[in-house]
Amino acid sequence: MWPLRRAAGAPPRRDPAPSRWAYRMQRLMLTPLFRLTLRAGVPCLLVFGAGSLWLADEARRDAIAGRIAEMRAAIESRPEFRVDLMAIDGASPDLAADIREVLQLDLPATSFDLDLDAMRAQVAGLDPVKSVSLRIRPGGILQLEVQERVPAVVWRRAEGLELLDAEGHPVRPLGSRAARPDLPLIAGEGADAHVAEALDLFAAARPLWPRLRGLVRVGERRWDLVLDRGQRIMLPVAQPRRALDRVIAMDGAEDLLSRDIAAVDMRLPERPTLRLNPQAMEELHRIRRIEWGED
Amino acid sequence: MNQLYQSQRAMRAMRKAAMQRGVVAILDIGTSKIACLVLRFDGTEGSRASDGVGPLAGQAGFRVIGAATTRSRGVRFGEIAAMQETELAIRTVLKTAQNMAQIRVDHVIASFSGANPRSYGLAGQVELEDQTVSEHDVARVLAACDVPDYGEGREVLHAQPVNFALDHRTGLSDPRGQIGNTLAADMHMLTVDAQAVQNLAHCIKRCDLELAGLASSAYCAGISALVEDEQELGAACIDMGGGSTGVSIFIKKHMIYADSVRMGGDHVTGDISMGLSVPMAVAERIKTFHGGVVATGMDDREMIEIGGDTGDWEHDRRTVSRAELIGIIRPRVEEILEEVRTRLDAAGFEHLPSQQIVLTGAASQIPGLDGLAARILGQRVRLGRPMRVHGLPQSVTGPGFSAAVGLCLFAAHPQDEWWDFDIPVDRYPARSLRRAVKWLRDNW
Repeated sequence: MWPLRRAAGAPPRRDPAPSRWAYRMQRLMLTPLFRLTLRAGVPCLLVFGAGSLWLADEARRDAIAGRIAEMRAAIESRPEFRVDLMAIDGASPDLAADIREVLQLDLPATSFDLDLDAMRAQVAGLDPVKSVSLRIRPGGILQLEVQERVPAVVWRRAEGLELLDAEGHPVRPLGSRAARPDLPLIAGEGADAHVAEALDLFAAARPLWPRLRGLVRVGERRWDLVLDRGQRIMLPVAQPRRALDRVIAMDGAEDLLSRDIAAVDMRLPERPTLRLNPQAMEELHRIRRIEWGED
Repeated sequence: MNQLYQSQRAMRAMRKAAMQRGVVAILDIGTSKIACLVLRFDGTEGSRASDGVGPLAGQAGFRVIGAATTRSRGVRFGEIAAMQETELAIRTVLKTAQNMAQIRVDHVIASFSGANPRSYGLAGQVELEDQTVSEHDVARVLAACDVPDYGEGREVLHAQPVNFALDHRTGLSDPRGQIGNTLAADMHMLTVDAQAVQNLAHCIKRCDLELAGLASSAYCAGISALVEDEQELGAACIDMGGGSTGVSIFIKKHMIYADSVRMGGDHVTGDISMGLSVPMAVAERIKTFHGGVVATGMDDREMIEIGGDTGDWEHDRRTVSRAELIGIIRPRVEEILEEVRTRLDAAGFEHLPSQQIVLTGAASQIPGLDGLAARILGQRVRLGRPMRVHGLPQSVTGPGFSAAVGLCLFAAHPQDEWWDFDIPVDRYPARSLRRAVKWLRDNW
């Protein structure tokens, strides 16, 4: 029994049942994983995709890089970060000149460009520098505090003279021996590794100071003490200071070194040996022959 | 028999999977409406403090998170008559329920009222191998039940062991671990038309859902509308639906009989429609607003506007007295109740110790029905409403939702059925071995 009239303007009744696809769509939308993908995955993908599409243009990338560099430069060139001066403390004038030459700073510069660690390594790499500390003081001053090596001996080598400090570290080359007559002289290969021992021996040889020429490292294992007139005191490998003390004691008692002796051989401590000069040897033989009544 | 085992076991496995996922939908397919409830199992089942009945009768393991009802389409007498229409209705109701629950449902437990249910009582007896009853012995005695020839094109819907007897002690609910010589079992088997089940399964499959269980709605209504002691002492639940009226008898908390009468509220509406020559929708409205079964003198004076849309003034202004309406409704209701009476008599309901009758279902809401039913069915009649479960919306607590709520309880705590026990080894088909032997003989 259909009603004969339909209410005016009322739309025909719609079937409330969802279509097959609407039903499936609703079920899909209620699937948790799908919803998560839709809510998080798709926006992420969209943003990423749009971003990469925009950045795909070379000019845009360059523009961004240029903008960043510009901003960076603007910050770096502010007066708060500028370094105007370099102050070097504790260095002799020529060392300070050396340091300036090595660093080759183009001041004023921004403190972002200064690599303090590298500069410290560079300065510490200089021979006369024992230690150095760098910092940027307020007011735009690069402060270097240098501790210089103190030369203790002069080392003569085939290449020339060199100043060494008490630890054997080279300080600087020396033009001539006369420039530093106050320092003792050592020679021989490997002498720089035993500067401390050499200084000890020099201290022991203080009574011989006026006649002392220097120490020679022999065979890279032991010392010869060289005096004027070509005299040598050959010291043993072990306990050279004791041997030297004995020689000095003998010298004090017997006036040993003022005699015509070429070398005092202390290499075997239990058997000190004297080597005479040829004339003295002749003289000795002659005296022996006289004593023996040969002539 | 093996095929039945397999399909029912597959549904059991599906139900287990659904419980593990925690969400299952229950679908009560009726003639006049389809109800869908979405359940969430939250795993609080183990917290039952005592063995006795808790405040919710031990049904606290789940919560209803979605509920929807829609007008049924394509269903007649509780059976699917037009599959496309029913599929549309199922989709509608599921869509609404899913929307309310905001969760996707994949598993469905369904109930229906029609399909000519028929009850059988089965009995079986075995000698115990050793003195103690084990689970294997239970399976053996169930397998030993002599299955009647329930006819071609029928399918077993429920097969529940209702009673065990050990030697001369009967009334055991769980004989495992007890000592005796002979174990006997009584089983209640309910068969329905296979075609109806297949149609339902097909409809549900067309909606992209998995069928995780099937139940008879008469059984479900009994679970939810009968209270604990009624189930224990014996009671009949009469679920008066739109197209069919389900009858189920319970004793000792087991269903022992179920049947359905192929008449219901829709027939009453049809009578009104024919008697007053009005459309079904108008007849339905008149029935729900003015219906009744007991006429009084007052009802002769109460005139009801029938209304109409023909344009004929005389026709559209007809009135009918409420007494006349009751005169139309009452014979049909009496007929339904008489039919129910016949079924109960056939089942031997008068021999039960307690003869409580509970009327439920949407058609039980006619005023005065309990008085009429008391005259036909016996003195102890009451109107039943479904049990309260967690989260059930107010709109689905009426007696029309007894079957739906009972199906929730069924989903949460299913009764042990035949197929829950393993098939005894000696019942496995010997055919495969015989075929292997035959192959060897043929080829060598």
